[in-house]
Amino acid sequence: MDTTVPSPQPSASLIGRLRPAHAGDFVFHAVTFVFAFSVLVLIALMLFEMLRGSWLTISRYGLAFVYGTDWNPPVERFGALPFVYGTIVSSGVALVVAVPISIAVALFVTYQAPMALRRPVISVVELLAAIPSVAFGLWGIFVLVPFMRDTVAPPFISALGWMPLFEGPSYGVGMLTSGLILAIMITPIVTAVSRDVLAAVPQHQRDGALALGATQWEAVRVVFQYALPGITGAIILGLARAVGETMAVTMVIGNRADINASLFAPGYSMASVIANEFPEANSKLYMSALIEVGVLLFLVSFGVRALAQLLVWRATRGRSIGREG
Amino acid sequence: MRLDTRAALAGFVALVLLGTACGQTSDGPVTPGAMSSTGAGLTLQGAGASFPGPLYSKWTSEYNRANPGVRIDYQSIGSGGGIKQISERTVDFGATDAPMTDEQLETASKEILHIPTVLGAVVVTYNLAGLEEPLNLDGETTAEIFLGKITKWNDPKLAALNPGGALPSSDIAVTNRADGSGTTAIFVDFLSKVSPEWKEKVGTGTTVKWPVGPGNKGNDGVAGYVKNTPGAVSYVELIYAKNNGLATAKMKNSAGKFVEPTLDSVTAAADGVATSIPDDLRVSITNAAGEASYPISGFTYLLVYKDQDDAVKGKALVDFIAWALKDGEAMARELVFAPLPAAIRAKAEAKLKLVNHAGKALLA
Repeated sequence: MDTTVPSPQPSASLIGRLRPAHAGDFVFHAVTFVFAFSVLVLIALMLFEMLRGSWLTISRYGLAFVYGTDWNPPVERFGALPFVYGTIVSSGVALVVAVPISIAVALFVTYQAPMALRRPVISVVELLAAIPSVAFGLWGIFVLVPFMRDTVAPPFISALGWMPLFEGPSYGVGMLTSGLILAIMITPIVTAVSRDVLAAVPQHQRDGALALGATQWEAVRVVFQYALPGITGAIILGLARAVGETMAVTMVIGNRADINASLFAPGYSMASVIANEFPEANSKLYMSALIEVGVLLFLVSFGVRALAQLLVWRATRGRSIGREG
Repeated sequence: MRLDTRAALAGFVALVLLGTACGQTSDGPVTPGAMSSTGAGLTLQGAGASFPGPLYSKWTSEYNRANPGVRIDYQSIGSGGGIKQISERTVDFGATDAPMTDEQLETASKEILHIPTVLGAVVVTYNLAGLEEPLNLDGETTAEIFLGKITKWNDPKLAALNPGGALPSSDIAVTNRADGSGTTAIFVDFLSKVSPEWKEKVGTGTTVKWPVGPGNKGNDGVAGYVKNTPGAVSYVELIYAKNNGLATAKMKNSAGKFVEPTLDSVTAAADGVATSIPDDLRVSITNAAGEASYPISGFTYLLVYKDQDDAVKGKALVDFIAWALKDGEAMARELVFAPLPAAIRAKAEAKLKLVNHAGKALLA
């Protein structure tokens, strides 16, 4: 067939002699293991460093730091509950607003939209992800805050002001405003991941439902059931971003360390107080208190994740049993 | 094929190792004196207060133009960071708005000198559409507004201070600065001096627990809120009010005069303490004496070690500061920073003469 028979490759045999047969596998395994393990080490080191840095306040205030509501640096009273509350509430508002929108957009572009419309809609949503958070913050200060103060809040306050949720003066800045900003910021990621998850649902699931005479809506429900764990993952990604977001939140949340039921009242978040007060924290105790807020942020993120994992696990387990039965 | 993968892998690992090695050399702590101080390229590192940041950038670049052999890097990381870094000797000089506390000075390994450079002032700014004349305020009334005790613009106390002005009956929307800053420290220091109630209930510091109102991030955040909110009142740095055309209140000083915040009235306030300033120059000049003094202002300082480890770097440092105090004044005015009065400048220069290496003064 061919006259130029290649001589046994000298380089290959050289490598073969120098290394055992599966050297590549070994190196690959070792390198990936080292990198994967280093992430765990990094997290452990971070937690260790933060605990060390905050030991002063941990040993001095104990649990009172977590449930205390008074944050008053000049007199060295440090209670971090308002920040924990603010982070959870503002992120919660963001989820309530962003999740239905994101899933609706994902369903629309996956199943309903005409082909010509799919790309543009996705591009516009993904464009939101490219906007830096300080730009969201500035837009918040100059557009959203006056709009909330003059247009959105007054009717709520006059009609529903008797409810703790809507009482108090209209500042413009506050929990609801920061929740809305966060909602806009997390919509792209929740949408993008949900869309990927929906697209990965086997076509026969939907075809089967339609073949059995299901309406479009019923078919979507079948698909949605199938995609639920993945969509929960998408929501968690969004939530993680909301919990850690700093700049945009700081610019519109009102930065007041109060716990107030009203959505229009100013609040504070853990990431914001660290960003605001760390550079000028001028005593060891103050610095330690801020680092301990960092520890709490770490734990809250962790807790949220664990909770979500549990939800996914329960949801999938229930469904697989249902299918078997 | 397998060779390629392996080579790529090995190359990648080598790259990562190289990256870490480089990271160590460039990001590791830089100890003054340990760095090379010979040759033409001498670099001084400084860090601290963000308020004088624009001026220090101007000074360092102008100084470098005149003395190409000396490069000075200044990082505006905040006064707290500046104090921390000079105490840990990771920079050649620090900078702060509020003087270091005794506790902080004790943590430093050697004696640190405070050298005032310029003055900053804090102005009360507000959003009242109908008011033509600048609002008149005194310390006590200002404290009551920020304590939440005066809630309407036409409160009798405000009306008494502004007999000519038509004050609306609207609510006062108090807002404050949320991030820790020298601006807040100077403002609450003034309020604590003029209002016993403020001193007892709120106190002083770079961050305090504000009795009322939401907080905003940075001077720009505060200014944006005030501009957007009818009836709002807050405080920003003088330079910020000037550059953004914000309405600023006249403040009643300790001599009973309503004084407009200007560079001259701020310099006058520093002159008011010229005779009473302590030897280490650590002083608060809020509510200063003198008819022309604007009452809410303060020095901003450079922090340098009295005993320098490195003669060459120490010499470059004191030469720069001496130049800044003398030739830098015109640049300060251009950038809306109030220069030191002559009497204080003489004291600052005398301080600089104390900086020495092995007992020998470095300033010629």
